[in-house]
Amino acid sequence: MRTLAGVEDEEKWLAEGIAGIQHNAFFMHRALDANNLREVLKYSALMLSELRTSKLSPQKYYDLYMRAFDQLRQLEIFFKDESRHGLPVVDLYELVQHAGNILPRMYLLCTVGSVYIKSKQAPSKDVLKDLVEMCRGVQHPIRGLFLRSYLAQVSRDKLPEIGSDYEGDANTVIDAVEFVLQNFTEMNKLWVRIQHQGPGTVREKQEKERNELRDLVGKNLHVLGQIEGVDLEMYKETVLPRVLEQVVNCKDKLAQYYLMECIIQVFPDEYHLQTLEALLAACTQLMPTVDTKIVLTQLMDRLSNYAASSPDVLHEFLQVEAFAKLSNAIGKVIDTQLEMPIVGAMTLFVSLLTFTLRVHPDRLDYVDQVLGACVVKLSSVPKLEDARAMKQVVALLSAPLEKYSDIVTALTLSNYPRVMDHLDDGTNKVMAMLIIQSIMKNDSCISTADKVEVLFELIKGLIKDLDGTNVEELDEEDFQEEQNSVARLIHMLDNEEPEEMLKIIYVVRKHLMTGGPQRLPFTVPPLVFSAVRLVRQLEAQGGDIAGEDVPATLRKIFQILNQTIEALSSVPCPELALRLYLQCAEAASDCDLEPVAYEFFTQAFILYEEEIADSKAQVTAIHLIVGTLQRINVFGVENRDTLTHKATGYSARLLKKPDQCRAVYACSHLFWVDDPEGIKDGERVLLCLRRALRIANAAQQMVNATRGSSGPVTLFVEILNKYLYFFEKGNPHITPSDIQSLIELINTEMLSDNGNTTIHSDPFFSSTLRYIRFQKQKGGLMGEKYDLIKL
Amino acid sequence: MNYLLGAFKPACNVSITFSDGKNRKQVPMKKENGQTALVPLFHSQDTISGKVCIDPYQGKKVEHNGVKVELLGQIEMYFDRGNFYDFTSLVRELDVPGEIYERKTYPFEFPTVEMPYETYNGVNVRLRYVLKVTVTRGYSGSILEYQELVVRNYAPLPDINNSIKMEVGIEDCLHIEFEYNKSKYHLKDVILGKIYFLLVRIKMKNMDLEIRRRESTGAGANTHVETETLAKFELMDGTPVRGESIPVRLFLAPYDLTPTHRNINNKYSVKYYLNLVLVDEEDRRYFKQQEITLYRLKEDTSS
Repeated sequence: MRTLAGVEDEEKWLAEGIAGIQHNAFFMHRALDANNLREVLKYSALMLSELRTSKLSPQKYYDLYMRAFDQLRQLEIFFKDESRHGLPVVDLYELVQHAGNILPRMYLLCTVGSVYIKSKQAPSKDVLKDLVEMCRGVQHPIRGLFLRSYLAQVSRDKLPEIGSDYEGDANTVIDAVEFVLQNFTEMNKLWVRIQHQGPGTVREKQEKERNELRDLVGKNLHVLGQIEGVDLEMYKETVLPRVLEQVVNCKDKLAQYYLMECIIQVFPDEYHLQTLEALLAACTQLMPTVDTKIVLTQLMDRLSNYAASSPDVLHEFLQVEAFAKLSNAIGKVIDTQLEMPIVGAMTLFVSLLTFTLRVHPDRLDYVDQVLGACVVKLSSVPKLEDARAMKQVVALLSAPLEKYSDIVTALTLSNYPRVMDHLDDGTNKVMAMLIIQSIMKNDSCISTADKVEVLFELIKGLIKDLDGTNVEELDEEDFQEEQNSVARLIHMLDNEEPEEMLKIIYVVRKHLMTGGPQRLPFTVPPLVFSAVRLVRQLEAQGGDIAGEDVPATLRKIFQILNQTIEALSSVPCPELALRLYLQCAEAASDCDLEPVAYEFFTQAFILYEEEIADSKAQVTAIHLIVGTLQRINVFGVENRDTLTHKATGYSARLLKKPDQCRAVYACSHLFWVDDPEGIKDGERVLLCLRRALRIANAAQQMVNATRGSSGPVTLFVEILNKYLYFFEKGNPHITPSDIQSLIELINTEMLSDNGNTTIHSDPFFSSTLRYIRFQKQKGGLMGEKYDLIKL
Repeated sequence: MNYLLGAFKPACNVSITFSDGKNRKQVPMKKENGQTALVPLFHSQDTISGKVCIDPYQGKKVEHNGVKVELLGQIEMYFDRGNFYDFTSLVRELDVPGEIYERKTYPFEFPTVEMPYETYNGVNVRLRYVLKVTVTRGYSGSILEYQELVVRNYAPLPDINNSIKMEVGIEDCLHIEFEYNKSKYHLKDVILGKIYFLLVRIKMKNMDLEIRRRESTGAGANTHVETETLAKFELMDGTPVRGESIPVRLFLAPYDLTPTHRNINNKYSVKYYLNLVLVDEEDRRYFKQQEITLYRLKEDTSS
């Protein structure tokens, strides 16, 4: 057998074969020139005998075949010209059959047969039928394949297809189809048979060789696809069933795969659609080792493209219930092909989903059905670990997002979250991010609590730690980005109806609270602000709304807020919690809910006292507290006193003198609200400022003591500005003389400082003085006031 | 003619011509020296008529004791050379004893001669028809002249012509069913049929259909059987799979066949067989032989 021989030997045999062909072709040409039919037949048969070799690989055999093929063209020309050989073609047709060896005989017969058809002395269908039948004599796979391929080639332009010269009378396109089908069937059988030749050790090589030959077989399908006059009816009734029968029955994985691929490629989309059932039935009957998923994927891709090509064809899809059929078939394939890796099944689902989205964009139930099938499949296997399969699942889940560009649609898919459950944590997060990004990109607003519930269920990978997640593996940056996305998402949840909005908040809160200390700092603020927004909305609408089940009362909301923020403080994240308390206090104040506001402040103070230890943080916190408190006007005198007292107290107890100073003078504002109804306690303002001055002095001295030089006079200047502010506002306790003496004090301080440092007049101070001068010059009411200050 | 040789030649030239010699069909026949010559063709019940012309050479006279023409049908066994057996012998006396001085022509006629057997040229046996002209002379030996005839007899279309169909096989190895469309074929016929493979467990190289001729001569202990393969026709290349059916189409015209002869005059028989041969990859041959009957069908008048 050739398989055992080296490549070198094969080259040698090929060379010998070619030499044999050339040698006999030489004599054949001499005979052709002499119009000697007998000799022509003799030498052509000898020449063709070279093709009887078993020693060559398909590739080399092809080489040999092509050389013989060229010679046969010459022969055909000779046969055509009756005047040269003097024999009617019908006699010639018999004469060549006298050849003793079958292979030369069949090549000659095909050649004459082609001339015979061309002469129209016999119905083309009879000749074709005879040829295709007689070729059965060659059962050697490679020789048979090439012979039949020769037959296909010489007959290609002589088929009685519609519009051809050979059609008419009894010769119809059916005969053409019949002929090609038969040749195809036989060729496929031969092709499959190569597999069963030779020992198993060379299987791989054989498979490769077979692959080289596959186009010989596939050519027939191409011809079938090109025959004019094969209408849908005929395709459905004859062509496809016959081809599929052959495909299924050959039970060969290579052939089945290749031929299904061919079928899908060569016939029109419309036909596929109308014969979907048969096609899919065949798919489910393929060998388990056939990569059916690629076949089905290709089919669905083609159909999707077809559907996309024109909206006119969509009704056809509906008519044939394309979706149901595809869905069924895929189910069957997945069920029967137990060997198929999960990634295969997932790929199929992705294709089906793509198809569904293109063809039936309005049928969400279909989409859900696909996802449901996917869930079933995923549930049947252990935890998904294949990265490629995971990728497919992500693709599966992303497809609806892209298509509908509106997450709301996806949220109505009941199986969507169930599919997500099967992702591993990492992928789950990626998917959740995709969902959020989709929402952001499309600026879609989620407006009901139910949907929010579903949504949070989907993105729960981001919301809380899933079981078994190794927290240490998380990348800090990624984590932050994820949580920021969640935070952004919360702002997309909105409803005009306060009642529904409250529900949404409830839902969001429920989910967010499970997030753990890592997440809360990111997720609580947006929630709080969202709630505060609701509060303000309610306030603007005139207060509480009596809902059916969840009355959206302000108190209630504040209560939630309180609890929410409390969670944050336990994280611990006191600074943030403090800020949020203050926000809420302000909101409560706007709602005229004094006790609530007071409660928030209390919380803020408790936090300040117990949790905020860092001095810098304390400074910031105290300023925030003061700022907020200043703006709140809901408190009664008693409450206010308590709070302001506390605030000033804390201010004075800050660690650093400058901080103390600044906090204290800030506190002065607590006693003077520039508002018609605001508190205006000039005396206590002055007290604060004086206290600030004292602290500034102390600070100055402390600096002198430690460094031997006094620090900048900034603090004094700042206090001066406060003086000026209250002076302008008309605080009767701030007198021009106070201001004057303060200016002098500053001047003195600056001079005393000159010993060490160059006179760098403090720009802040200079501009303050400039401002005073300006006010003087400006005149008017304010000018008069300022005139009292002497510089 | 080479007249120098004339001296040793008989004193006259004897020739036989047929009255319809110009129209009568002639067929090639292989002579004993290996050359082929064209010989007139007759059929049984034909009337054989013609002329015998005796032409003495210049200035010579032929004395004779009578002239006669015979039509002989002879069977000649090669292993018994020279021993002819005449199964037909017809004589026409053409002349009474006398002398011939100049060219003399004698017409003769054998009306509707019964020639039941066909001319046959086999390996061990020959059947021939010949016209023999004898110019009987006393001392110098008779002058003989022969003219060969070829006789072919047409057979009518057989009434019954069943197909040959048979299933054969080697257990668990090879089972085939073959079918030839007829059991009786005329000489220009086509054998059609198919070979159906029921079971194939051997790797085959090819399958041939052979036409074999079996000529048996003599009788009893002296029977000689000679078998020749006249045609070897490849039907199939490679190994088929179970369920495959291979078409048979063999044109008989190109082969040198005769009709089947059965027990011709108790001297010989010629039978034909179709031999189906399968050759496996180790060159082992598996075969099955079936007798077919060949007959001569009257050809179209046009040919």
